[in-house]
This record gives sequence, structure tokens and C-alpha cells, in this order.
Amino acid sequence: MKKYLILTTSVFGLLAVQNLAARADAALDLLAKDPKQWVMQQGDDANTRYSKLNQINASNAGKLQVAWTFSTGVLRGHEGGPLVVGDTMYVHTPFPNTVYALDLNNEGKILWKYEPRQDPNVIPIMCCDTVNRGVAYADGKIFLHQADTTLVALDAKTGAKVWSVMDGEAGKGQSGTDAPFVYKDKVLVGVSGGEFGVRGWISAYNIKDGKLAWRGFSEGPDSDTLIDPVKTTSLGKPVGPDSSTSTWQGDQWKIGGGATWGWYSYDPQLNLVYYGSGNPSTWNPVQRPGDNRWSMSIWARDLDTGAVKWVYQMTPHDEWDFDGVNEMILSDQTINGAPRKLLTHFDRNGFGYTLDRATGELLVAEKFDPVVNWATKVDMDKSSKTYGRPLVVDAYSTQHNGEDTNSKGICPAALGTKDEQPAAYSPDTQLFYVPTNHVCMDYEPYKVSYTAGQAYVGAAVAMYPPKGETNMGNFIAWDGKTGKIVWSNKEQFSAWGGALATAGGVVFYGTLEGYLKAVDAKTGKELYKFKTPSGIIGNVMTYEHGGKQYVAVLSGVGGWAGIGLAAGLLQPENAAAWHGAVDQGKLPTKDKTVDTAGLGAVGGYAGLASYTSLGGTLTVFALPNQ
Amino acid sequence: MHKDSCVRINPWKFAFVILAIAFAGTAACADGSGDPAVASSDTGKYADKDGNPTYKVSEDGTVDWYTYSGFRRYHSDCHVCHGPNGEGSSYAPALAESLKTLSYVDFNNVVTNGRKNVDAANDKVMPSFAENSNVMCFLDDIYVYLRARANGAIPGGRPPKHEDKPEAAKQAENSCTGVK
Repeated sequence: MKKYLILTTSVFGLLAVQNLAARADAALDLLAKDPKQWVMQQGDDANTRYSKLNQINASNAGKLQVAWTFSTGVLRGHEGGPLVVGDTMYVHTPFPNTVYALDLNNEGKILWKYEPRQDPNVIPIMCCDTVNRGVAYADGKIFLHQADTTLVALDAKTGAKVWSVMDGEAGKGQSGTDAPFVYKDKVLVGVSGGEFGVRGWISAYNIKDGKLAWRGFSEGPDSDTLIDPVKTTSLGKPVGPDSSTSTWQGDQWKIGGGATWGWYSYDPQLNLVYYGSGNPSTWNPVQRPGDNRWSMSIWARDLDTGAVKWVYQMTPHDEWDFDGVNEMILSDQTINGAPRKLLTHFDRNGFGYTLDRATGELLVAEKFDPVVNWATKVDMDKSSKTYGRPLVVDAYSTQHNGEDTNSKGICPAALGTKDEQPAAYSPDTQLFYVPTNHVCMDYEPYKVSYTAGQAYVGAAVAMYPPKGETNMGNFIAWDGKTGKIVWSNKEQFSAWGGALATAGGVVFYGTLEGYLKAVDAKTGKELYKFKTPSGIIGNVMTYEHGGKQYVAVLSGVGGWAGIGLAAGLLQPENAAAWHGAVDQGKLPTKDKTVDTAGLGAVGGYAGLASYTSLGGTLTVFALPNQ
Repeated sequence: MHKDSCVRINPWKFAFVILAIAFAGTAACADGSGDPAVASSDTGKYADKDGNPTYKVSEDGTVDWYTYSGFRRYHSDCHVCHGPNGEGSSYAPALAESLKTLSYVDFNNVVTNGRKNVDAANDKVMPSFAENSNVMCFLDDIYVYLRARANGAIPGGRPPKHEDKPEAAKQAENSCTGVK
């Protein structure tokens, strides 16, 4: 009976908002323009993570204090961040994907709490912790993408379910980790499961009723990918028929990966949605000959139809798990005297790409960590046969070295020079602020067989810091027009928290040890740091309430970074121990010298577990009252 | 059992082991399946006195094929939850610790049937791997690798030297996985 009542209410609700979709979006755009609120995970459609608030600036950031805190009640890794809409803050958690609405007018009192019932069997198919990257808001609704791939719309005022739809099948290894994204009258979600042989897709649902508008796959026939052989271009040329399936052997594309769990962006003038697709599966490249399109690609799709305007594959035939899912940041800057509509993307593969977002023309592709070694460069010569492709170094090619061979010293590691932790862009400095990983790996592929719903990996990977270095991460400022690092701050661990840039000239980010840091946008100079209760893999946001600017971040260590908590990941002592062991067997002196030279420099490194422990907490900062 | 009550055969500490024997006597190693000492071998596959699979680490650090294979299989299908080297993660237990008390039979049972620990404080779920040939065909390999880790017989990381892959292992792999 209760169900019936809610249904009735929601039907009336739907009638009320019918045909108002465009207006609903206009309302959201208006909210997004108000810097006092933070109505989207990334701050705006362009993914800039930039706020016009400037009460906190470079000269007073050192005085920041903790204003209030909130425990989420969940232990696992907390990615994403809270939203602020009006006087309400919305906070989400990893599985079980609880959502809290907190009253900012009443000291954070809980207005409502939503906790979905989900089959816990979804937990083990989430390869790298049960993370969730946050909720979306539009049209009076909060959208939540659950671990089991359910997309649910909640009444933002009451937490009552308005509609829900199941986007995938957890039994086949498909899970939901990415935030939903609302543009115009659509809400978009992707899928996780590249390590389970899931063929990735993105779905667009109508925000008013949850009806599927379109779905575009990363691989398969043109009818599945929504690629037009003539109209869809790659590097300026039509892709031709069967551009995906022709680059796979047999039916491997059906379990070909290309997951879509990153941060999407949208250009309202071009009406294009941008996102990246992930690794092809399996991780053993020898089992999937060909370029494996369109895994590892940047996509531009029409929001209304899903039709692909252009697509660019960054890492053809991946051999290292360099997922292409990281965020696409849209900016308008001048290159060589001409104003350009740009898209900038920091890929797992270690290259920072700048493209023309209208045409997909490749403008810049440069390494954003000097240790990147798997490719010498991306070929920028338009007349070359390998135009737009990375020039792979044989020694680091796991395909070239083959199955059952351990390719050593590949930089970056599988978690990339940057993983999902989103960068920020400040139009004031025209710089990107990028949290990065500084980690290398050994990678040994071998044969695996596919079983639906089971891990489908096929490579053994060992990760460690670059030789002779002590820092596992860097926080850098990047010029996307030239592809150059402007300044770089060392971080002991991977910088796995999303950045925030502000008009106050202050950039914020969180670290795996749990520090919330504020640095000067121009120089990178540290202005403030505070150690929150747990390691930060969440994204910093800011809002204003009652005339005061606040900065908030979720801490709660975990995610892929969390497997390092055991001290095993990135621990050179293991290699040192083996070295000692094998030394008894009289390894050639030459090898010994090389190995110990690298290990000596990082001998002081200790595991993350010595610095932090689990626990989801929101920490909110502000300047002291005058 | 106290961590140091067991004499390790870790060759990188070989000199210390000799000293330890001199001072502490010869407390035997034991894990969830008892004494891991090699009692028998069959074409490169080693077993303890109770017939449980076990590891063999030579003085020069060379490990038997199955320990090496277990290292690889573990770091493909297990480590994304249980952490590198069996050292655990923020969301799954350290198997290098668990195997100090977990027997071979119990290990097989948990991997095959899975395990759930879901309540107010926990949301840990181990899936059943019964259908996963990448795991089930290499169950003994993964077990002996983790058993070696649990007994401190090998450090973390990749074993740099291993015995050749026995013909029996090649045949078993092809027939079990169906992948050639």
C-alpha cells in the first residue's frame, strides 16, 4: 500500500514536470553558475573543478580551521565528494551507497538518509574496492548510481524514491562506481568491470522518468557503438565501416572491456558529451591481437542521440592496463594566437593530451611525468603512417616480450601516471592542477580463460617507485597549451585526491596519508595542511553559506590505492630481500650493482599503513570568525 | 604461535638461521596444515608428511615451479583484494597471515565456496571461485605460494629464480583450463 502511495505521488510529480526538461536544465545551469553552491561533482559541465569563491586566498589560507565534521558510518574507500544545493549538503558513501541530506542551517542535522538494499554479492566483483564517486542533482532529484548498477532518482527534499532502473547485470561482473552526470534532460551513467571481461557502454536516461534514451558501447558493430562510418571521424578522417570489430580477432570484442567509469563533461554549444573508455580485456595483450578499438579512447557523443562525432584511441592494443577513463576537462584558450575550444585529458598512460573538442584534432601530447618510458612520444606528424599513435619501446612492450615474460621497469605502473582522481583547471592562471602517481612496474602477461562474472585479468603486476626516487606521487601544475610542467610538488604517496582550484588563488587537494593541503596556485607553495582522520581519495569542493566560504573533503582511505595499505605495494624491501636471497646463488655482480643502486634510495620508504587507517569522515574547513 | 618460534628456511637470512638454531634449538615450522617441510616429491611437485602440497626453496633462492606459478596466479586473480604478496588490503585479509592457521582443506573450501561476513561493522564478501578455471586449475599453486609466505620462507615480490616448468604441469594446465 505504501508503495502504491509513493507511486501515485511520483506520477503526479511527473505530470507536474513533464515537458519542463529544458527548463529543469536551465535551472541547473543557473545553480552551477552560483559559486555559493556546488551542484555537480565536478563543479561545472566543463569538469574544471574551479570555484569563483575568493574569501579564502593565498594570504589567509594559512589560518584555516576545521569548522565541522561528519562520520559517514562506512569504512571503505571514499571517492567523489559532497554536493551543496541551496541550504542542503548531500553526502554519499561507498557500498552500501548510503546518501545523507544534511541541513546547513541546522549544524548539519540529518534531514534524511537513504540506504538501498543491495545483494552483497556485488562486493567481490568490484575489482578495486567498493567505491562510489558521488551523487548528481537536477530537477529536484538526487541521482545515485549504486554498486549493483541501479540508477535511482530520489526526491531531493525527502529522499523518497522517484524512479529507479537497473543499468547492468552484477552477475556478469558489471558494477556501478561512477557518478551519474546530468546534462539537459538526460542523466548518464557508465559501467565498471574491465577486469571481468565486461564490454563497456554508457547509457543516457531521461531524468523525468528513467526511460532509456540511448546506449553506446565501446566495442562492437556500428549499431552498438553508434558510430557512423562516414560521419564519425578519428584524427580528422572518417573511421569507415566496422571500425571496432575489424580490430579484434574473432568474438573477443564481446568480452573486450572498455569500461566507462570516469568523469564526463559536456559542451552545451556543441551538444557533445566527452568521456574515456578503459582497458581492453584481458590484460594479456597476446590473447587479443589488433588495435582493440575503441577501448582506451576519448569519445565525443551527441547528447540527444549518442551518435559519435569523433573518437581518438590513445593507446591502441593496450599492453599495460592504461585505462583511458580519466576526466576530460574543457577550456577555452588561445593557441598560436587563435582562440580554441579545447579538451585536456591526463591519461593513465602518462601523456597529457590537448585536443580541439569540436573536431577531435590532436594539438598536444606530452608526458606529464618525466619518468614515463613505455613510449618515446606520440607521433604528431600528420603525414606519418603512425600519426596520433604512441611510439612504443620494445623493451617495455609486454606484447613484444610475449606471454610468460616479465617486462621490467615499465613507467608508469598499471595505476597510471594519474588514475581517476580528477585534476582542476583555473581560468585565472590558465593552468591545470593535477594529482599524479609516480610509480613503475613489472608486468607479466599469461593465458587466461573467460568465465562470466569472474575476474579475467591474465597478468601479474608488481609496482614500486621509480629507481632512485623516494616520492610515489607529485602534485603538478600543467600548461595544456604547450604540454609543460610549470611546477611540481613531491608527495610521499600517490596523490589520489581530486583537486579544487579557486578564484582566491588557492588550490586544494588531499593526500593518501590524510592531509588536506592548500597551495598557492601560482607557485605551488604550501599554505596550509591538516591531517584528517583517514587517507583522502575523495575530491575537494567548496561552497558558501551564511556569508562564509567553506572547503570540504571526504576522507576514508581505500580504492585501488588502498591495496597499498598493507605495506606490500610499492615496498622495495621485498626486492631487497629477494636480492639478498638470490645473492647467495652468486648473481652476476653487474645486476647486483644496478639493483641495489635503485633500492638504496628508497630504503626509507614505509607503507601507508604506518600513517593512516580506515574510516569515512567529512571534514569541513573555514577561516576563523573575525 | 609466536612469530619467531618457527625456524625459517629463508635463505636470505641463512646465516641468522644457523645462529638461531644454535641459541634457540630447533622449533619446527608449522602453519594451518602442520609442518611444511618437504616429505615427498612427484615430478617437481612437493608434499609435506601429511600429503598436503608444500613449497621448496633452495639455498640459492630458487623456488619450485608451483610456488612460482602460485605467485603469478595470486597476483592476477587474488591480489586486487588481498593485496600484493598476500599482505592484505583495506578491505580483505592478509592471506600470508591467514594461512598460519587456515588448513589446506579449509583454504580449498573457502576459495571454492566463498565466504560472507556482512553485518553492521563488516561488508566483506569472498566470492566462490568454483567456476573460475584461472583459479581452480591453480589452487595448489596459489596455496603453496601463500604457504611459503605464511612461513616466511620467501619474501614478497617476484621469485627471481624458479625450477623449470614440469611436463606434468604443462599437461595439467592445458587439460584443466582448455586454453592452449
